[in-house]
Amino acid sequence: MKRMLTALSAALFATTAMAQPDPSNWDAVLKEANGQTVYWNAWGGSTTTNDFIAWVGDRVAEEYGVTLEHVKLTDTADAVARVLAEQQAGKNEGGAVDIIWINGANFASMKRQDLLFGPFAEQLPNWQFVDVDGKTVQTDFTVPTEGYESPWAMAQVVFMYDTADIEAPLTSMDAILEWSTAHPGRFTYPQPPDFLGATFLKQALLDLTDDAAALSQEATPETFAKVSAPLWDYLNTLTPTLWREGKAYPQTGPQQLQLINDGEIDLAISFSPGEASTAIANFQLPETVRTYVLDKGTLGNASYLAIPYNANAAAGAMVIANFILSPEAQAHGLDPLNLGYGTVLDMAKLSDDQRAAFDQIELGVATLTPAQLGTALPEPHPSWMTMLTEEWTKRYGVQ
Amino acid sequence: MTLLAWVPRLTLAAMLLPVAAGLWGVFAPLFGFITLNGASAAPMADVLAWPGLPRAAWLSVVTGVGSTLIALGLVILILSQLHGSRALMWLRRALSPLLSVPHASAAFGLAFMIAPSGWIARAVSPWLTGWDRPPDLLILNDPAGIALTLGLAVKEMPFLLLIALAALAQTDAIRSLAVARSLGHSGAGAWLKVVLPRLYGQIRLPVYVVLAYAMTAVDMALILGPTTPSTLSVQILRWMSDPDLTLRLQGAAGAVIQLALVIAALAAWFLAEKLVGKLGLLWITSGTRSPWLPALRPLAIAAAATSAIAVLGGLASLAVWSFAARWQFPDALPEALTTRTLDRFLPQLGAPLAETALIATTTTLIALILCIGCLEAGYRKRKPLEGRVMWLVYLPLLIPQIAFLPGLQVLLISGGLTMGRWVVILSHLVFVIPYIFLSLSDPWQAWNTRHATVAHALGASPTRVLFAIRLPMLLAPILTAAAVGFAVSVGQYLPTLLAGGGRIATLTTEAVALASGGDRRAIGVYGIALTLAALLPFALALALPRILYANRRGTHP
Repeated sequence: MKRMLTALSAALFATTAMAQPDPSNWDAVLKEANGQTVYWNAWGGSTTTNDFIAWVGDRVAEEYGVTLEHVKLTDTADAVARVLAEQQAGKNEGGAVDIIWINGANFASMKRQDLLFGPFAEQLPNWQFVDVDGKTVQTDFTVPTEGYESPWAMAQVVFMYDTADIEAPLTSMDAILEWSTAHPGRFTYPQPPDFLGATFLKQALLDLTDDAAALSQEATPETFAKVSAPLWDYLNTLTPTLWREGKAYPQTGPQQLQLINDGEIDLAISFSPGEASTAIANFQLPETVRTYVLDKGTLGNASYLAIPYNANAAAGAMVIANFILSPEAQAHGLDPLNLGYGTVLDMAKLSDDQRAAFDQIELGVATLTPAQLGTALPEPHPSWMTMLTEEWTKRYGVQ
Repeated sequence: MTLLAWVPRLTLAAMLLPVAAGLWGVFAPLFGFITLNGASAAPMADVLAWPGLPRAAWLSVVTGVGSTLIALGLVILILSQLHGSRALMWLRRALSPLLSVPHASAAFGLAFMIAPSGWIARAVSPWLTGWDRPPDLLILNDPAGIALTLGLAVKEMPFLLLIALAALAQTDAIRSLAVARSLGHSGAGAWLKVVLPRLYGQIRLPVYVVLAYAMTAVDMALILGPTTPSTLSVQILRWMSDPDLTLRLQGAAGAVIQLALVIAALAAWFLAEKLVGKLGLLWITSGTRSPWLPALRPLAIAAAATSAIAVLGGLASLAVWSFAARWQFPDALPEALTTRTLDRFLPQLGAPLAETALIATTTTLIALILCIGCLEAGYRKRKPLEGRVMWLVYLPLLIPQIAFLPGLQVLLISGGLTMGRWVVILSHLVFVIPYIFLSLSDPWQAWNTRHATVAHALGASPTRVLFAIRLPMLLAPILTAAAVGFAVSVGQYLPTLLAGGGRIATLTTEAVALASGGDRRAIGVYGIALTLAALLPFALALALPRILYANRRGTHP
């Protein structure tokens, strides 16, 4: 009898501890979230995103009693590693990571290994405002999200250039090469495997290849060798003309801003159409910097929030994901004085008052209008990014 | 056995157990004692197959040995030329605070100074250089690691110099010098021939510590070091934080290679010592007077000034960037000063500052109690400190952090244990205990024991003597030791990152994370905050005894 009781209570204990909140019962989620501390693991290298996350923390504390702690990562992969390590160690509850800023390969890998909580995204109350038809918010690098991550910002590749040094936008990869050859040492890109550096490789490949369709399929050694060949030819010519002759690279995207501001380079890639305007306002870029997109278009994707399967505060994490989808938070993030990230909401789904908040925002001197940005090109399958990065490191990363 | 008798064992355990466990954690996967699901069975083969390995290993050796040689050379040059002079007194005062400047802050400051767009280039442009844009020169993060080597050298030089100045007291230098000078040697020649050989014996262990540290530094290498590829220690850190767990074991295998490199370098250094000793003996016994030696004096002054200015100027540039509005090349100063950056970051500084203070205070208190316990136990047993004990104290400093901390993480992960604040404190203790012990042991032994004899004669117990007489009289050195321990804890990057599982955010980890963003204003604010956190306790340690004991003589220096 005694043994049975122990077994029973152990089973009971296990189920209560394992029980994660039900996203469709939002009142219960709100109740559970109140008083929780949520560890948001996000890259900490950008001071503007750090400020935005701090602002979100203040707002959700006021509104929902949720305490937000920003765990600043040097790489999103660190958080994925943490969850993986916990799974391997059998730590299936009370995990260290509650919510992750994620997309692409990291999402694909977590989803494949069942490391995610959900589906929850499409049950969030503010999902009603999301622009499901007009924006790519339900597939992430060709992988269907299926409600396992919630979009929070739209990003599209733009090039930032200093109009004091470059007369007209360089709207193709070949134009960039031609200009860089004539002006050696004035262009560079972040060193892959940095996310933005890898993005530059994909963007260059998309612009150079004749076979863009192959990129939406998983890469095999054969397709990779064939499709990526023009990229390596291109880089072999470009690299000696780069800043420091390609012997050193900025380690991250924001480091390029400092280089432009110091007058070391004149041209840089960015994954945020509003970044240049925000940086000008913060003295991080000269007032003469503007942005442009390539003639054939540029890559675009959404940034997402995902919750690990063993999150300690899944309810609080959902409250944060939902708050970030609110018109208030999206308008705050769109303002280049704060963050300058594109919104994931559909303006047509908002009330007039809600839309007014967006209409008031000055996009900033260096930000392109949606029409100028054009339609974003879809991200290649994540396997391309992995293989491009490895090949780049072999060719240029170890001398 | 009394409680006190257990303290030395406990202290040794606190210093050496984490190191031993960490080493087990890096070696065990090689022999299959630890496996992680899906991880490679042959992590060492994978590391050997990494194309960047030869270059990364070579960089680790060149930057480490090069910077140690430069730092030691500078110390010998400065001491031989300037011993007994007022310039040396001034230098000592200028360098003492630099000792506790965290490596990350020093590296940021140096980067701000020497970059092609840095303060030096701005100061001389365009009027002298003609540059209205920064030159495309590979000064920072250069593939040969020159910036890293110099950065390590200027940061380690003050450490070796102050250690050497302290050790000089035990070399009977003044009388030896007088004899040698009466035989017609110049001041510098006499110093090199009769003082240096004895001095080097005293500072040999700290030199080894510098060598082991310089070969494996992570924070400085992240900021100043090359990237195509980086040094081995940085690459190990990358493997340790990759989403792919198989790489975790690869990191452990890399740590084994790093450890082997350090041991080989130490052995080579030891052999070189013997060789230099033989050659030196020939030089000394040849009787030559080397009349050219005094001509090097300006060089010594220049070298000392340059390294002090490099660090101090770097800190100043951190401060200027913290308040800078728009500041474009080649303006020597920003267009205007603003508190906007400060307003932006001060609210965010609170949490990491509190975490830093909590960890440093706890670690320092524990270490202080253990060290005082050890010294008191040794004193009561009338056991002097032998060389053997010193080796044990230095051991955790000789084994590179990057060699055993990955193993600690692998062990914790495979044991399913949570990393957190306590593990961070335990890992900080490994480094804080030796420094507190080293800075406290000399003043402790210099205390005049006749005070105790008198007190015992009046009926006081040993415990009462300790608490009522010895500790109060030694308040000043105890506080200084505490400040040293605090500064060491504040500056720890790798232990905080790896033992904290990335979740313990201190000023150091926040500052190094910001480095990847390259926002000089933000780095400036964090760098200054970090420096103040390490320096303020020193100011307190100096001020407190003067305030508390204003009415007593003999208890403050």
